[in-house]
Amino acid sequence: MRRFNLGYFIKEGFTSIFSHGLMSFAAVCMIVACLIIMGSFSLLAVNVDDMLSHLEEENEFLAYIDEDFTPEQARTLMEQVKQMDNVGEVKFITREQAKADYLKGHESEGLYVNMPDEVLRDRLSIHVIDLERFSETVEAVKALPGVANYQAAGKVAEGFVAVRNAVTALAYVLIGILAAVSLFIISNTTRLAAFARREEIAIMKMCGATDGFVRWPFIIEGLLLGLMGALMAFFLQWGVYGAVSRALAENGAGALFTLMGFGQIWKRVLTTFLAAGSIIGALGSSFAIRKFLKV
Amino acid sequence: MIRLIDVHKEYDNGTKALKGINLRIEDGEFAFLVGPSGSGKSTIIKLLTAEITASQGRVIVNGYNLNNIRRWQIPHMRRTLGVIFQDFRLIEKKTVQGNLEFAMRTVGASGREMRKRIPYVLELVGLDDKGDAFPNEMSGGEQQRVAIARALVNNPKMIIADEPTGNLDPRRSLEIMTLLERINAMGTTMLVVTHERDLVNRFSKRVVAIKDGELIRDGQGGYYRA
Repeated sequence: MRRFNLGYFIKEGFTSIFSHGLMSFAAVCMIVACLIIMGSFSLLAVNVDDMLSHLEEENEFLAYIDEDFTPEQARTLMEQVKQMDNVGEVKFITREQAKADYLKGHESEGLYVNMPDEVLRDRLSIHVIDLERFSETVEAVKALPGVANYQAAGKVAEGFVAVRNAVTALAYVLIGILAAVSLFIISNTTRLAAFARREEIAIMKMCGATDGFVRWPFIIEGLLLGLMGALMAFFLQWGVYGAVSRALAENGAGALFTLMGFGQIWKRVLTTFLAAGSIIGALGSSFAIRKFLKV
Repeated sequence: MIRLIDVHKEYDNGTKALKGINLRIEDGEFAFLVGPSGSGKSTIIKLLTAEITASQGRVIVNGYNLNNIRRWQIPHMRRTLGVIFQDFRLIEKKTVQGNLEFAMRTVGASGREMRKRIPYVLELVGLDDKGDAFPNEMSGGEQQRVAIARALVNNPKMIIADEPTGNLDPRRSLEIMTLLERINAMGTTMLVVTHERDLVNRFSKRVVAIKDGELIRDGQGGYYRA
């Protein structure tokens, strides 16, 4: 006796999809719709995250050192800053170097050529690791003795973090809601299939079929519906994403928001869709069949 | 082997279907379970097939104590039984062969085992030329023979027949009962639930009669009067 008949389960699951084709079609459409909406929000979150990580790479602020500090004291201060939490690279910029850098940006303006070095202060260029703690880090540096002033574009960074967090939270909420809706639809489809075959199920159970033997074809049916929906959703998502990218590039918004190329993320999208589709399909079917196993 | 020891069954709606039934049917026996409608016959069948559990008392079937049987053990217990119903319960969209394969596949039989067992069982019930027929192309008597073949195909220790002749004319009923007697002679325990007095009286077998959930008679070869 063979205890596990995979070929039979797959054949039964596949046949069942076509024996109530309209309901299967509705279930696949629902999965596609849910995955597209989930996918769109997830991709938005991924892109915002990507923009943010670019921003984080250039995530620096300047701390100006008190004029009364000697070069040795300034270097000690630099070491202090380096030891601080959430601080990455720290560069010491002398007032001479700062003036040279400033003049590079104002070459056409002869007015600054004879500007004395003393006008500017020695400064530290500080790289922050986690953008979410940008303000906190700036405040901590500012509180150090010898830091006369600072220059930081914290508002922009915090704005990006807020947008990312909001989009991520929204994506999670939507994913939860849509996953529940998809589960419900798949579950109903399987329930109809099981109802149509309740006599067969009763006979199987009376002949000594285990719950697993009855359940597997239905789980495979749900799994196949989920995978079909996932594949269709993937190709649709690809099309939608491409269209949005082109639209952004054409109307000039591309200078502000550049979407990642689909080539960079297609594997992640496909894997996530297939995983979500198969989990939703298999779980939905599993829930639906339970009632019919009580014979 | 069946043992019912002081079995009571009360349903959730308060109906007392069985009131202290004691019954013992040995391996290889043939017994009729008779009684009017509502006497508790169906409740006994449901208890024996583990569809329901007793409210009180012990139920033992083919070595399985159904009072504390685990859920995963129920399919294994049912494989020791073959159940035949009044309305045949065949799968209309499958051929006779398909119906038997279906029953064998549920217990994990291989194609080889099916090819060996199904022709033998079909010949036993006199349907060796009907393997490709669909149930709706057959008479009631033939359909019940298919149901008997399906009950037999997994080689059970015992067959429980619930009103197997209820939908058949007297001639076909006699044929079916004779077939069940022949199967019993080959060693399969047989419990036949019926309320057809004439048929019971024609066979000299053990008759267990119940009424209002109580056992009122248990005799070998006796006549049954409703």
